[in-house]
Amino acid sequence: MEYLDFELPIKDLQEQYEKACQIGEDSDVDVTNTCKQIEKKLAETKKDIYKNLTPWQRVQLSRHPNRPYTMDYIKAICGDSFLELHGDRNFKDDKAMVGGLGKIGDQSYMFIGQQKGYNTKTRQYRNFGMANPEGYRKALRLMESAEKFNIPVVTLIDTPGAFPGMEAEERGQGEAIARNILEMTRLKVPIIVVIIGEGASGGALGIGVGDKVLMLENTWYSVISPESCSSILWRSWEFKEQAAEALKLTATDMKKMKLVDQVVKEPLGGAHSDREKTFRSVASAIEKAYGEFKNLSPEELVDQRMEKYSNMGVFKG
Amino acid sequence: MSWFKRTKKGIQTPTEEKKDVPRGLWYKSPTGKIVDADELENNFYVSPEDGYHVRIGSKEYFQILFDDNKFKELDKNLESKDPLKFEDKKKYTDRLKDAQKKTGLKDAVRTAVGKSMGNDLVVACMDFSFIGGSMGSVVGEKIARAADYSLKNKIPFLLISKSGGARMMEAALSLMQLAKTSAKLARLADAKIPYISLCTDPTTGGTTASFAMLGDINISEPGALIGFAGPRVVKDTTGKDLPEGFQSAEFVLDHGFLDFITHRKDLKQKINLYLDLVQNQPLREKTA
Repeated sequence: MEYLDFELPIKDLQEQYEKACQIGEDSDVDVTNTCKQIEKKLAETKKDIYKNLTPWQRVQLSRHPNRPYTMDYIKAICGDSFLELHGDRNFKDDKAMVGGLGKIGDQSYMFIGQQKGYNTKTRQYRNFGMANPEGYRKALRLMESAEKFNIPVVTLIDTPGAFPGMEAEERGQGEAIARNILEMTRLKVPIIVVIIGEGASGGALGIGVGDKVLMLENTWYSVISPESCSSILWRSWEFKEQAAEALKLTATDMKKMKLVDQVVKEPLGGAHSDREKTFRSVASAIEKAYGEFKNLSPEELVDQRMEKYSNMGVFKG
Repeated sequence: MSWFKRTKKGIQTPTEEKKDVPRGLWYKSPTGKIVDADELENNFYVSPEDGYHVRIGSKEYFQILFDDNKFKELDKNLESKDPLKFEDKKKYTDRLKDAQKKTGLKDAVRTAVGKSMGNDLVVACMDFSFIGGSMGSVVGEKIARAADYSLKNKIPFLLISKSGGARMMEAALSLMQLAKTSAKLARLADAKIPYISLCTDPTTGGTTASFAMLGDINISEPGALIGFAGPRVVKDTTGKDLPEGFQSAEFVLDHGFLDFITHRKDLKQKINLYLDLVQNQPLREKTA
């Protein structure tokens, strides 16, 4: 298990606890009481730390190296029923964007999401979860295929942004994202969006327009990452904590502004501390959301979705 | 030590006295692995040691995909004419006769309907052994009629491509089969009937420029050659050496044109899994 800087008190206690237990095993000293005390303190410390996370700490948690990624969710939720589909039918199979069909219960869904790697090699292979235009076009192809067969769409968002590369520009990164946003506003099947990690700007919204947008508790979603915001507005990377605060990028803030529909609770200590529990709550949130839309006609569904997005924005006069 | 030293150079046994293993007992894969023919058949015609997928025809694919090898063949007796009185080194009519005699097939595609894992499936499968799996009027018409059958009976359609392209001996009539088959697939798409394209070794020319690339999913087998212009043509035209793996199924997957590549032993299960998922019906058991 890896620890973030603000989690260090937990790490210390955890180590103390393990040491005490070890002593108990190796010698005749009765450590039951000490262990219990440390255990209690550990639980309290955890509660204290995770109850009062700052926005920046949540950003850190959203990028935790042990955090589950898109494929972890899909495989846990769908099991053997998942069939991965590849390619944009145009240029490339983008490894940063994955997708395919799978079942939750008896219902088929088309899953789409950005995929990050879990070590240096796979991070490079997945381009750090930064999709190219072909990734967005692959996503759109899968969504349109789902629409054709009346299969609801679930997108899982976890990206530091769309890839800002030269070739990406040549192939129309902007156009690809724009096209997706437009088509998603009028897709005739329910779209359920879950932000499971980082939701960076257009790169996230490119698969992020939906009837129900869920945000896990320790994720962020905004127009820019706090680091980039800090470097642009403060002209230094140093002000990322302040930027994180100012951007109002946490799940609770986003819900308050009605830019997302629901916050999904994570286990104490974050999604990675109890992956199975996280997977279960995401699966049931998806099923519940689908239940709300499955009986709407395509027209009602699209009208409702368009209405929702039409109401976003704050202004005077 | 002279008893194992050859005094006479070269092989002395006359050809007629050579002992040869009867043909069909063994198969040698391109990497040099030797496989017993029965073992090969039991392993879905995949060389067990190196995973090489041997080219097979409609007979074998039907056997792999249809439950208990039971199916009803459609338009069995459709045969080619020679509308252009075409003649190259050989008359087209003679070529057709020879191909029919050699292969026991009427033309380069067979179409059938049957149960696969318990559900109806229409399969059109090309035969490369018949004039390179080339597509003329008969191939186009049989595929079109199979698609019609799918449409009328609302049964998913699987097309197994294995072809060098359009049939030169029917010239522009062949070319228009691209349009004819594509039109039928458009009808299937409008009716939202799933269409799966399986590209097998080789899928080139007119087939890739029509039905082979138009599936709701396009899938393939490991190592299959898939491309529009054949590798020799590309090489001659560009004057460049082709990179290793150029136009292989893996290359085509990486370039975004295939949904997945599957080992032949999983073919039936994967196809039916896709059909269950996309039609939102309960998953069938793997055992069938």
